[in-house]
Amino acid sequence: MTTLLMKNKQVVFSLFLTVRTMVVTSVRRTLMPVVGALVFLLIWSSVAPNIDTSLGKFPGPSAVIQQFGVLYQAHLSEADKEEAFFLRQQQRNEQRVAQDPTYVPKVRAYTGKDTFPQQIVTSLVTVMSGFTLAVIIAIPLGIAIGLSKPLSMAVNPIIQLFKPVSPLAWLPLVTMVVSALYVTPDPMVPKAFLNSMITVTLCCLWPMVINTAIGVASINSDLVNVSRVLQLPALKHVQKIVLPASIPMIFTGMRLSLGVAWMVLIAAEMLAQNPGLGKFVWDEYQNGSSDSLSRIMASVIVIGLIGFLLDRAMLLLQRVFSWDKSSEIR
Amino acid sequence: MSTLLNISQIDMVFPTPKGDFTALKNVDLKINKGEFISLIGHSGCGKSTVLNIVAGLYRATKGGVILKQKEVTQPGPERAVVFQNHSLLPWLSAYGNVELAARQVFGKTKSKSEIKDWVEHNLKLVHMDHAMNKRPDEISGGMKQRVGIARALAMEPEILLMDEPFGALDALTRAHMQDSLMEIQNELNNTVIMITHDVDEAVLLSDRIVMMTNGPAATIGEILDINLERPRDRVALANDPEYNRLRSKVLKFLYEKQRKVEPITSKTTKAAESKPDTAQQAV
Repeated sequence: MTTLLMKNKQVVFSLFLTVRTMVVTSVRRTLMPVVGALVFLLIWSSVAPNIDTSLGKFPGPSAVIQQFGVLYQAHLSEADKEEAFFLRQQQRNEQRVAQDPTYVPKVRAYTGKDTFPQQIVTSLVTVMSGFTLAVIIAIPLGIAIGLSKPLSMAVNPIIQLFKPVSPLAWLPLVTMVVSALYVTPDPMVPKAFLNSMITVTLCCLWPMVINTAIGVASINSDLVNVSRVLQLPALKHVQKIVLPASIPMIFTGMRLSLGVAWMVLIAAEMLAQNPGLGKFVWDEYQNGSSDSLSRIMASVIVIGLIGFLLDRAMLLLQRVFSWDKSSEIR
Repeated sequence: MSTLLNISQIDMVFPTPKGDFTALKNVDLKINKGEFISLIGHSGCGKSTVLNIVAGLYRATKGGVILKQKEVTQPGPERAVVFQNHSLLPWLSAYGNVELAARQVFGKTKSKSEIKDWVEHNLKLVHMDHAMNKRPDEISGGMKQRVGIARALAMEPEILLMDEPFGALDALTRAHMQDSLMEIQNELNNTVIMITHDVDEAVLLSDRIVMMTNGPAATIGEILDINLERPRDRVALANDPEYNRLRSKVLKFLYEKQRKVEPITSKTTKAAESKPDTAQQAV
């Protein structure tokens, strides 16, 4: 009886130990990031008031948080204005139709200023369309280059030449070509959007092509032999062997591209005046009000957050598509 | 018995930066239907090259391979290969791997449910029906090789080519796999060419052992008929005088007639390592 009790005690004690280690590690895991953030905020708020600029003092954390509120309020009041505009337009049209039954009512779009959340959406749409276009071009091209030695030798010098070029160097050329070729009286998408989108595509292209080609070229030769013994036709070979085998490398390329694309987009929007986060930053800089710096700082934080979320989304996508569940957590 | 496969006077020359390297010289062998042939020889003697030529993965420089009166010019499922390191597609389950082969070979002649039965039948044959839905990284090395064999059998090949199929397995698993292979052979009576380093494995499984001389310009040294009665039992054979006579014949060929003296500093240390390994198993 006593031995049983002793055994019980031992079990309880060892259970207590494991629970304690679990608690300690989980506390550490949640606590340390919080500590890091607090230290960062402390340094920021102590350094910021000591920096004097022509637009006033450098904004501290509280000023930035306040600006988030202001920007959100501006968004709400702009939405109200827009609603009021359409209501007025509808009333006016009804009146004119009542006076003159032959009158064809005109519906005009609201031309108010884009608010901060709308500019975030524009930036996201731009980066995703540029990225998608790049995926559509780069992955088939990368697979073709990876499969064919001669093609790889032919294309490699061109890729190596253009890869180190900053996409912003392309921007003036893209702008000129777009305005020369894209001439319609009623454009579906604005030129500025096309300029930024194509610039994003150009910078996404190279990492994706290179990584896909490497992934395809480095498939285990035994797997290729399996395909040869089975006499898989070319298309089936790509679908059943090549694509699954190179998925990890393809996604590595896509993640790299998307990260670069998001960075480049902000700069491209500043230069191309595409209504997005980059333009918001640029306009605030030109505007030069006492709130400008804290607004720019707020958008810096948003840009960082969105970049982080885009990367996580790619990682999630990779986990859904990839068979190799162990290798991609980096 | 009729000749199924004719390996006719094959030479294989590989171009290297230092000039041509003759790997095989005048390899000539006829294989009958239902025969189990082992190719044995020291590492680097060109056993795998012979197998790859029969598989169609390499083209011989001179001579050729004729299967059922037709020359082999490219790989094909009628000459299924079991690779040394299993070569299963890691993103497919055991079932999926076998199904890919079955669909490719019988996609036009068998219905969907017939293919499903055929895949399951082959997995049952190698005793893998309990783990059909596991992926290669979830099963052991021996199990992977079983699936590899099932995949090859599912192609219903004229001839089964096995490239050191059990070379990467531990001794106990290897013995299990040899027993399974004998059981399968008992049922299907396939024509098989198997490459091996293992003298016991060769004597236990084969109808004929083809012993190759050392390279370069390797060729067939001797052919040994194994007329032991089937089914064979490894424990009973351990004290069988005929079995021991055959085994010592192979050993004599490998370690006296074709003794391979390799300097320790040579690049082919792998060959030097595998030699004491084989000797140990033989003792």
